[in-house]
Amino acid sequence: MQHTLSVLVENKPGVLTRVTSLFSRRGFNIDSLAVGVTEDPTLSRITMVVSAAETPLEQITKQLHKLVHVIKIKDLDPADMVDRELVLFKVNATPDRRHEVIEVANVFRAKIIDVGKNSLTIEATGTSEKLEAMEDLLRAYGIKELARTGRIALARGSRES
Amino acid sequence: MSERITGAEALIKGLLAEGVDTIFGYPGGVVLPIYDAIHDAEELRHILVRHEQGAVHAADGYARVTGRPGVALVTSGPGATNTVTGIANAYMDSIPIVVITGQVATSVIGTDAFQESDITGITMPITKHNYLLKDARDVPEVVKEAFHIATTGRPGPVLIDFPVDVSKGEVDFVWPASVNLPGYKPTYRGHAKQIKQAANLIAKARKPLLYAGGGVLASGASKELKELAELMQLPVTATLMGKGAFPEDHHLSLGMPGMHGAKYTNYSITETDLLIGVGVRFDDRVTGKLAAFASKAKVIHIDIDPAEIGKNKPVDVPIVGDAKHILTALVAELRKSGAEPRTDAWMRVIDDWRSRFPLHYHKESETIMPQRVVERIDELTADRETIICTEVGQNQMWAMQFHKALKPRTWVSSGGLGTMGFGFPASIGAQAGRPDALVIDIAGDGSFQMVSQELATARVHNLPVKVVILNNGFLGMVRQWQELFYGKRYSESILPQDCPDFVKLAEAYGCFGVRAEKPEDVDQALQAAFAYDGPAIVDCRVEAEECVYPMVAPGASIDEMLGGVPGCAVSEMLDDELLEEVWE
Repeated sequence: MQHTLSVLVENKPGVLTRVTSLFSRRGFNIDSLAVGVTEDPTLSRITMVVSAAETPLEQITKQLHKLVHVIKIKDLDPADMVDRELVLFKVNATPDRRHEVIEVANVFRAKIIDVGKNSLTIEATGTSEKLEAMEDLLRAYGIKELARTGRIALARGSRES
Repeated sequence: MSERITGAEALIKGLLAEGVDTIFGYPGGVVLPIYDAIHDAEELRHILVRHEQGAVHAADGYARVTGRPGVALVTSGPGATNTVTGIANAYMDSIPIVVITGQVATSVIGTDAFQESDITGITMPITKHNYLLKDARDVPEVVKEAFHIATTGRPGPVLIDFPVDVSKGEVDFVWPASVNLPGYKPTYRGHAKQIKQAANLIAKARKPLLYAGGGVLASGASKELKELAELMQLPVTATLMGKGAFPEDHHLSLGMPGMHGAKYTNYSITETDLLIGVGVRFDDRVTGKLAAFASKAKVIHIDIDPAEIGKNKPVDVPIVGDAKHILTALVAELRKSGAEPRTDAWMRVIDDWRSRFPLHYHKESETIMPQRVVERIDELTADRETIICTEVGQNQMWAMQFHKALKPRTWVSSGGLGTMGFGFPASIGAQAGRPDALVIDIAGDGSFQMVSQELATARVHNLPVKVVILNNGFLGMVRQWQELFYGKRYSESILPQDCPDFVKLAEAYGCFGVRAEKPEDVDQALQAAFAYDGPAIVDCRVEAEECVYPMVAPGASIDEMLGGVPGCAVSEMLDDELLEEVWE
């Protein structure tokens, strides 16, 4: 089962290492990871996606709580969160096929951010599912390079993450 | 009010503000500014060890017997990496220590400078928290936080890495009044509803059992534990970490549970209908096969660390908080409800097991039996305040089985990490913390040789610890496993009994050494050592191939024990089926 954990931490050196090394030490794999400062510059939010069963996840959450710089951990409810990821695709696009690629990008409301002689770079945001669907379509043209940010998420409404 | 001083001076002022009176350490290049500041600090006793690992174990031993945090100070690089075993040991056993390591200057960190090591990276998984200082102005706050974190909640080691330019840098010293750690708020008070529920279960149980661990000692809750046990007549099994939390001469005391626990102790765990864990972590050496551990019981688990609750064993009533507070509340709740003890029949069953399956050994042996040495140590020191330290292996298990600890903080032994070479330096730290007490390290010939250089520390600092070596010429516990599970193939577990000559080794360091070769020598040798005004070694040439029994084979249920039945040979219990299980 995939979980999206939103971990609020003090913005101090080494805090990301502390968090991620705890995961590897306890045998967990992190599927995706995104970190950045929050509205309060002394705090950062780490959003991580992990695949784990309920009991081991509870144990790792408790261990995570023991880190001095970890303030809050929330296992976001998939039905009650908004989540996005950003991907940059560099796709093969010779002048004769360029319009086809642009059309795919348009369907996914993605933006063309760079045009080369034989390539296009597309910026796309969305849920992981949407971006995977887009990747599938673009593969037909040849994806030269790809970079993704990892998932970020917040709880819906006035609920806190 | 503030005054401008160096980072090194600020460290010393911080240590004094925290009430530190003793530190264990070893100097080196980048800690020279700190050592220079120590030179003027007359209120601070510095004990110079002979290896940095010894400094950390000594700080650990000091903390265990005094209840105050132990402090170690070492240099960067190899000095720092030599502390790793000591830190891991303190982490596993939740002992509050603060380790200060020197570091190369901030300008060259990350360049593989001479004697540089990434000690904060290395110790991240084995410290409760650690710091890499970057600025002298942070010293007061970091020192204050380090002691706060080490000693509160579930205690543990904290490391401060101190670059040399930070030691030399300047700070307007103001000692902070409080710490600001928004992510660190340990829970002390137990949940009232949970406490009430636990009291109800205790009042109703017919076969309850208290299972007490190191958390009782850390919390200073021995008195409250005894009150609860006596009020409801609850038998108590205390783990290796909890030894001394409950007086072992008490009728309700069942001694240690687990792999080398007595048969009656482990049977009690299997039969109990209510297991009340206090400051314990259901360690595998206690539980054996988890599915069979206390499988007939409801479980109450009291612990200050929420991560321990339900980690290994599902719990019916979890109570997160400080043992002292929760036990006090439980006793009050039981008194209020007028609950009466109901364990008469249960204690009769346990007493019957106790009389049929006592811990025993061959008393008429013509060689010295190691268990006998432990018993004689107890008998000969009955009128003195005594602290027993141990190494790891057979010596530790015999000490655990046959020494009766009567008071808290009089037992010092490496639990979770099982660190050979812990006991002797820890005994030096214990003696520094408790100069009034007779401190004895019950050692094995293997463990002691890992740290024998600390004889110089004991001698030079006039710390009169007594090392009683149960010298069997083997790595005894390794040999025991090889005897039982590896067809007596003693691969690399033989240490010649006469190499080194421990008496001469003692003498080489200016300590007292004496040897006991026959049972009739033991008393005289022990008495001579205990009477000697200085460190001493007693080299007891004990029965070479004695095993620790009873024993739960690895992976077996704790009520399936080898040995432990007087008059019944172990070989009769060791069948091929068991061996196959072990091999799996």
